[in-house]
Amino acid sequence: MKKLSARRRHPLAALVVLLLALACTGGLYAVFAPADKAQADETAQSLTIEEGKKLYTVGCASCHGTGGQGTSDGPSLVGVGAAAVDFQVSTGRMPAATSQGAQVPRKKNIYSQAEIDQLAAYIASLGAGPAVPTEEQYGPEGADAAKGGELFRNNCAQCHNFTGKGGALTHGKYAPSLEGVAPKHIYEAMLTGPQNMPSFPDTTLSEQNKKDVIAYLNAVNGDETESPGGLSLGGLGPVSEGLFAWVFGLGALIAVAVWVAARTAKAKKS
Amino acid sequence: MSSQDIPEENLPAAQDTSQGAVKLADEQNPFADPGLPPHEPRVQDIDERAAKRSERVVALLFTVSMLATVGFIASYVTIPVDKSVFIWPIGHISALNFALGMTLGLALFCIGAGAVHWARTLMSDHELADERHPIEAAPETRAKVMDDFRQGAKESALGRRKLIRNTMFGALALFPLSGVVLLRDLGPLPGTKLRHTLWSKGKLLVNMNTNEPLRPSDLVVGSLTFAKPEGLEEHDHEFQTEIAKAALMLVRIQPDDIKDKRSLEWSHEGILAYSKICTHVGCPISLYEQQTHHALCPCHQSTFDLSDGAKVIFGPAGHPLPQLRIGVNDEGYLEALGDFDEPVGPAFWERG
Repeated sequence: MKKLSARRRHPLAALVVLLLALACTGGLYAVFAPADKAQADETAQSLTIEEGKKLYTVGCASCHGTGGQGTSDGPSLVGVGAAAVDFQVSTGRMPAATSQGAQVPRKKNIYSQAEIDQLAAYIASLGAGPAVPTEEQYGPEGADAAKGGELFRNNCAQCHNFTGKGGALTHGKYAPSLEGVAPKHIYEAMLTGPQNMPSFPDTTLSEQNKKDVIAYLNAVNGDETESPGGLSLGGLGPVSEGLFAWVFGLGALIAVAVWVAARTAKAKKS
Repeated sequence: MSSQDIPEENLPAAQDTSQGAVKLADEQNPFADPGLPPHEPRVQDIDERAAKRSERVVALLFTVSMLATVGFIASYVTIPVDKSVFIWPIGHISALNFALGMTLGLALFCIGAGAVHWARTLMSDHELADERHPIEAAPETRAKVMDDFRQGAKESALGRRKLIRNTMFGALALFPLSGVVLLRDLGPLPGTKLRHTLWSKGKLLVNMNTNEPLRPSDLVVGSLTFAKPEGLEEHDHEFQTEIAKAALMLVRIQPDDIKDKRSLEWSHEGILAYSKICTHVGCPISLYEQQTHHALCPCHQSTFDLSDGAKVIFGPAGHPLPQLRIGVNDEGYLEALGDFDEPVGPAFWERG
């Protein structure tokens, strides 16, 4: 105890206490936070609209209405299609918290793929809409990443940044980073236009175009993407690069100059 | 460098301090110039072994620089340009870039560090006062210059031979005109170029992605599409100049949600065609939020409400985005019903 009390005035003591406090808070939150809903068993269930409707009534109806007609808390789901359901639920955006901020964030998905398929089947039965894309549509075969880059810069880069790092919009809304987003979900987002993102239907951005865009993102923002120039600094462009050069580059030069001048070369006894 | 091993008689206290004799202020002269403080030697000045060590450090730094330069050349020759390595904490990086940068940086740094260390420890560091001499020249020098000038003026006979004088003035006065004439190349003025774009009545709206003319059914509510005028191809010589003015952003909004009456009239079934060029300083503006119908400019955050005639609702832009009047031709394709009715892009002096 004496040892501990002797060290409490150490310059790093505050930092240590802060880290301990943060660790405790995080641990307690993890223990007491509402546990994820029980996963339905993965046994092969037939994808019936009835099953989907049951899930819908439990998880979605409070905001989107008993028949998907929409309420003041959530938009109508008639005609949004299975692709929209698959995107929103698989990325954890739906169901949303009752009081969300400017934008519903991506979070942990609480449904199994079988359940999502059932939900999607039910929503698709309410009105015709885009279907969930197949592996063949978003896979890398036959894709042209260079063309995809052209399309991405023309259609997507204004919000998502040149390499899909995301960016800010108005009133706290933002275009999320596309890093680590499954190709299927990117395809679905282009097709359906979730939240404030405009949609890019097949009539204006063809299936081949979408495939190219996904191939481009995988080339510049995938797991194996190289950064030949070294630190990419978030890929945010000249702002972060300039800030880094001014703060760390110039800062290092000033620090060296001060260090050189502060050390006297004189043979004084001190 | 520690001063532990310096012989006692070599310490500054034992040195001759006569050169830095300090005058003190007294009654007569309260602001006496204290002069330079006494010179203090460095370890290297009084200890030959320390000086030798410094010499070796400087030589070592210069040698490292030489090796780094050799390394630079060797990396350039041996490392393939597409080789990639993983270096913590940078990640995957081109091996060649990394090697060239490191060796070049090391070579330059060692030259600088060696020079600084050399100057600080081995070169003479005696303080020298170099007094300024008076700016005015000596009287005899001045007199000589004035005499020379008068003699020169007399010998040139500039005052007497008026023809030479006048023609010389003429030549000197006319010469700068050639420079003035070259300023013509700053022109010609843009004329009406800023007021017109490639859009005209009957031009089809061509999808930038597919290069196909657009039909109203291609655009669903909530979608965003970019269009160029029919006939303009990306490999055209004038493509950049023309698309910079003609770039078009197409959105589709439920007609009931369109607040501006003129905007609704100029749209087709809720399809609105706006200029993509911000009216502030001309950035391409297409950060479109389909739920709020706001378009945001990435440069200075000007925000336009596309459901309300692209009115500016935030930011420095001075005008709403110009809207293009569109309709559908006999074959069912979207077409322009004329050019923009006002200049697109930022305001300019004569815009009105």
